[in-house]
Amino acid sequence: MPEIKVTPLGAGQDVGRSCILVSIGGKNIMLDCGMHMGYNDDRRFPDFSYITQNGRLTDFLDCVIISHFHLDHCGALPYMSEMVGYDGPIYMTHPTKAICPILLEDFRKITVDKKGETNFFTSQMIKDCMKKVIPLNLHQTVQVDDELEIKAYYAGHVLGAAMVHIKVGSESVVYTGDYNMTPDRHLGAAWIDKCRPDILISESTYATTIRDSKRCRERDFLKKVHESIERGGKVLIPVFALGRAQELCILLETFWERMNLKAPIYFSTGLTEKANHYYKLFITWTNQKIRKTFVQRNMFEFKHIKAFDRSYADNPGPMVVFATPGMLHAGQSLQIFKKWAGNEKNMVIMPGYCVQGTIGHKILNGQRKLEMEGRATLDVKLQVEYMSFSAHADAKGIMQLIRMAEPRNMLLVHGEAVKMEFLKGKIEQEFSIDCYMPANGETTTVTTNPSVPVDISLNLLKREMALGGPLPDPKKPRTMHGTLIMKENSLKLVSSEQALKELGLNEHQLRFTCHVQLQDPHSDADTLHRIYTHLKSVLKGYTIQHLPDGTVIVESIVIKVSSSTEDSNTKVLLLSWSYQVQIGPHSTLKKVIVT
Amino acid sequence: MTPRLLGAVEDSRAGNKARREQKSSGERCCVSKANCCQLIYQQLLLLKMKLYCLSGHPTLPCNVLKFKSTTIMLDCGLDTTSVLNFLPLPLVHSPRLSKLPGWVSKDGTINLGKELKECAGRVFVDAQPEFCLPERELLDLSTIDVILISNYHCMMALPYITEHTGFTGTVYATEPTLQIGRLLMEELVNFMERVPKAQSATSWKNKEIQRMLPGPLKDAVDVWMWKRCYSMQEVNSALSKVQLVGYSQKVELFGAVQVSPLSSGYSLGSSNWIIQSHHEKVSYVSGSSLLTTHPQPMDQSSLKNSDVLILTGLTQMPTANPDGMLGEFCSNLAMTIRAGGNVLVPCYSSGVIYDLLECLYQFIESANLGTTPFYFISPIANSSLEFSQIFAEWLCHNKQTKVYLPEPPFPHAELIQTNKLKHYPSIHGDFSSEFRQPCVVFTGHPSLRFGDVVHFMELWGKSSLNTIIFTEPDFSYLDALAPYQPLAMKCVYCPIDTRLNFHQVSKLLKEVQPLHVVCPEQYTQPPLTQSHRSDLMLELQPPPMPYRRCSVLNLPFRRRYERIYILPELANSLVPSEIKPGVSVATVSALLHSKDNKHTLQSVPKPPPMPPSKKRKRVIEEPPVALAPKPMLSGAVALEAFLATLQKHGITEVKVEETADGHILHLQAEDTLIQLEEDGTHIVCDSEPLRTTLRDLVLRFLQKL
Repeated sequence: MPEIKVTPLGAGQDVGRSCILVSIGGKNIMLDCGMHMGYNDDRRFPDFSYITQNGRLTDFLDCVIISHFHLDHCGALPYMSEMVGYDGPIYMTHPTKAICPILLEDFRKITVDKKGETNFFTSQMIKDCMKKVIPLNLHQTVQVDDELEIKAYYAGHVLGAAMVHIKVGSESVVYTGDYNMTPDRHLGAAWIDKCRPDILISESTYATTIRDSKRCRERDFLKKVHESIERGGKVLIPVFALGRAQELCILLETFWERMNLKAPIYFSTGLTEKANHYYKLFITWTNQKIRKTFVQRNMFEFKHIKAFDRSYADNPGPMVVFATPGMLHAGQSLQIFKKWAGNEKNMVIMPGYCVQGTIGHKILNGQRKLEMEGRATLDVKLQVEYMSFSAHADAKGIMQLIRMAEPRNMLLVHGEAVKMEFLKGKIEQEFSIDCYMPANGETTTVTTNPSVPVDISLNLLKREMALGGPLPDPKKPRTMHGTLIMKENSLKLVSSEQALKELGLNEHQLRFTCHVQLQDPHSDADTLHRIYTHLKSVLKGYTIQHLPDGTVIVESIVIKVSSSTEDSNTKVLLLSWSYQVQIGPHSTLKKVIVT
Repeated sequence: MTPRLLGAVEDSRAGNKARREQKSSGERCCVSKANCCQLIYQQLLLLKMKLYCLSGHPTLPCNVLKFKSTTIMLDCGLDTTSVLNFLPLPLVHSPRLSKLPGWVSKDGTINLGKELKECAGRVFVDAQPEFCLPERELLDLSTIDVILISNYHCMMALPYITEHTGFTGTVYATEPTLQIGRLLMEELVNFMERVPKAQSATSWKNKEIQRMLPGPLKDAVDVWMWKRCYSMQEVNSALSKVQLVGYSQKVELFGAVQVSPLSSGYSLGSSNWIIQSHHEKVSYVSGSSLLTTHPQPMDQSSLKNSDVLILTGLTQMPTANPDGMLGEFCSNLAMTIRAGGNVLVPCYSSGVIYDLLECLYQFIESANLGTTPFYFISPIANSSLEFSQIFAEWLCHNKQTKVYLPEPPFPHAELIQTNKLKHYPSIHGDFSSEFRQPCVVFTGHPSLRFGDVVHFMELWGKSSLNTIIFTEPDFSYLDALAPYQPLAMKCVYCPIDTRLNFHQVSKLLKEVQPLHVVCPEQYTQPPLTQSHRSDLMLELQPPPMPYRRCSVLNLPFRRRYERIYILPELANSLVPSEIKPGVSVATVSALLHSKDNKHTLQSVPKPPPMPPSKKRKRVIEEPPVALAPKPMLSGAVALEAFLATLQKHGITEVKVEETADGHILHLQAEDTLIQLEEDGTHIVCDSEPLRTTLRDLVLRFLQKL
């Protein structure tokens, strides 16, 4: 029995370091290759030695697919391809291919330049890695090789995020990456067709949340910013240049427009202009509203948001500043933070995850006194807020996706075990399908039951369809008989006659003959004619012929009559038929004749 | 004994003959013969593949393919050359055009002065321009299931088809094709509605009158089919039926057919289409290019192994090299500007204009044209320029990599930013106050019959300093200029047509090797004006099947197989036996399910056991469909081995007699004869149990199929 195996190397009952191995139809595919933000040691990257102890991964993997540009989905890619060694194809969408190297470079700089780590991938390695990337278009069917095909679907979540359908023969798997079933400020909702995969591998970050909490978080965020501005405070939002920053900018821009606010919003220099550019060029990946109006008004050309200059930080009065990097560990965001930390009217909003050891992490944990370089301490008096804006499907959304794709099995990753357990129960109850939630390094095996595709001779098919009756009735299935020829890799179903011909075989005729005696005073010819009329009346629906040479033929059974040499009243009936005759045992016929 | 046997053998031959006769009539059926024939005939009809040709224009095709049970329209081109018979629609009142004399027949009997005007020695229709639609009578267009669009130039007739024929199907197109196609339709509607002309002219279409008119009006065909432009409402409704597809996306149609667009390299989002089932493949090649311009390169390899390749949209300028034309375009432009004249480029608002602007971007500085203003005037100028920048996925590799930087893929963004290129929705408004001369103006429509270009013709036509440069190949430039004669301005004809030329197409066809090629008849002979150029036609073996407007072609298919799926349970129950090395066979008896054009086979459920008395009756009453037929047999029964087997079963008294074709075995104790031959075995036996035993013994030696 063919089977599909799924092994998470990361994101198994956990969030972060997404990396899932799938074996399907003899092909091995790696889905995502992420890093774990919570670790600084070996656990940061997936354990690739699971795939092979020594040697390059190229020999073991047919392809790698990256779902989107977040580092917990692509952060280990240069390490895997350049340091462990993989030269096969890596697939990602165009926007992911454009943005992913920038985030990787950012991440590398922080790790190597700021933290001084060695034995890490280099800028050149990122470039070499990206050379192995083949861009994917939505809905395009990409033939990885003769048997393996992949197709990307829109996933929402972030610009360029994709779900991917992986198919070998009639077996298939769908991997969702991170997705979002409700359109947000700049992205559309995920969508997939009824592809009925054998396994649907879904993220389950918000497995237990039901309501659309994102709108509430947005309202919260705006309320906090607004209050702070109203009382004359300054708001610092540390962000990474791409992704959440644009979403928050749209949020503030529309809010400022609606509320007619005058306080300035700044975006720290550098990448920002460039980052917005990506969104403008990949406008086809945003939601319908933005796409429809982009010629008149490009949502990513902000009216209220202006470039920041370091001197502005000392300006009096309220302002909002987006500054990089997002974890307050260095650069402009840290400088501004130091300046504003002492005033309780000010506020810092952390819109994303912070790695241990960063100032962002410390203040989120409530630390109010920070040690700075040169033994100075910094008193943190400003308000510290944390809000997550990641766009994930909630339980309702996950159920909705299952309804869309109609999978035969379900497998949960990218979530917490307890929440998964709850969702698993709900899925099994509502859809009556098996739901798995393997831990990292644990393999789930699903047996598939694929139908066998065969080429049927058109003659045979037409004949069988015609046999179904004058009007094809879908409710009344028709029986068909034929010979299946298995030659090399081809399977052909043909009629027996054609099979003989195609295989160059002679037919071997097997015939039987028997004699039946009966008493009848008429002449031979009359007896035969009586038999003929009798059969005609009894056997309705059969071809019965009376040939001039003194034979009666029922289908292909031959009947002849001769008188016994001894007694002219005793007639000898000669019955002859072939092995293939369908009318049933000759005795049936005999009974019919005798009675 | 022997005579009896011989008689039996003879009878067996008769039996065989009867069986053969039955076989040859192709029926083992129980339904009445007439019914059966009719059904098979219907099936055959469904399998026939036909091509209905609704347009005679080779680059604006509209064909309908009946493939399996699906009706597919390939492109929906609108032949706009008919507008050349109409007077231009001026944006501002033109005293010249309004004072033209009406046409009166030579003998004065027919006066159509209101409809027809004489201008520069020709007669033009004075009414809103009309287009020549695809044929609508050849087949019932409401039966069309899907329309496949290859590029935005080939969809302009869409509203006529989807809105007024009862069409209920789906249109498939790529996103750039839809977006730019929408813009071009919007522009067309805008051009027409901006200059409303209430008058419609129909009298001249009367056959008797048309016969009297001077050419080319006299020779215009199907004039009653000509229609005015559609409305924006119709455009929106038509385009709401479009479903977006990506390159290499496989779209299933009713389970029977799969269609897939491939990059064709001609324009943004332009595609060729593969229409295939598991065993048949039709390639539809329309407007393709192998030149490196802005679109993604053409996908050639996917066209391989086609049974039929429908070839349309070759270059209209087979002798004009696009690169050479581009060079001529630049030098003429520079010359005119240096001499203080203006340059008018009548063009479509999307397509080659992007390449022209890119070429100028590189050329401006070197030609010292840095201060010359370039204007692009069209109601869709801004949208067209903006849209071109957001379709990175559909662009050539070079342009794609620019987006990763991130920079706009087309350099016209920079031309706009530096104020070298300005775009306006029309000559009214801002343009009139900002307009400086000498300048270069890109504007439509290339037919010179409507759009802002009409105004510039009136404005600049009188001065020999100015130049009009034709770059679009769709209209004869002499015909386009006819109503403006006499003209003082210079005319330069640099048609840029990047579509495949005959040399490229024959190389392509050699590469992909379709079994049959179907193409417009124009491609099967040299152009009329160059009848000696046998290199300007398709020469293929077998020769291409030509079509013209209203042709109906039967496509040559040798369909012999169909895909069927064997369900796992049945597949597991099959017992294959090896017939030859590497070849195995298994007999299959199964239930056939046909649903949504998909066939599956599943195991026959075991019938519930019935009381024996009833059973016999049933066997007689019920036609024998439900019974599995016995397999065909093959091989031969070896004498020695068979004798040994008989012995094992206690049959020892066997007399063997040699005959011409084999042996006759006389089982003396049982009074039974067995005739063994190379291709047959005949058992003459009156005892049923013995016969069954003997049968099973013989079957051991034979292969079952």
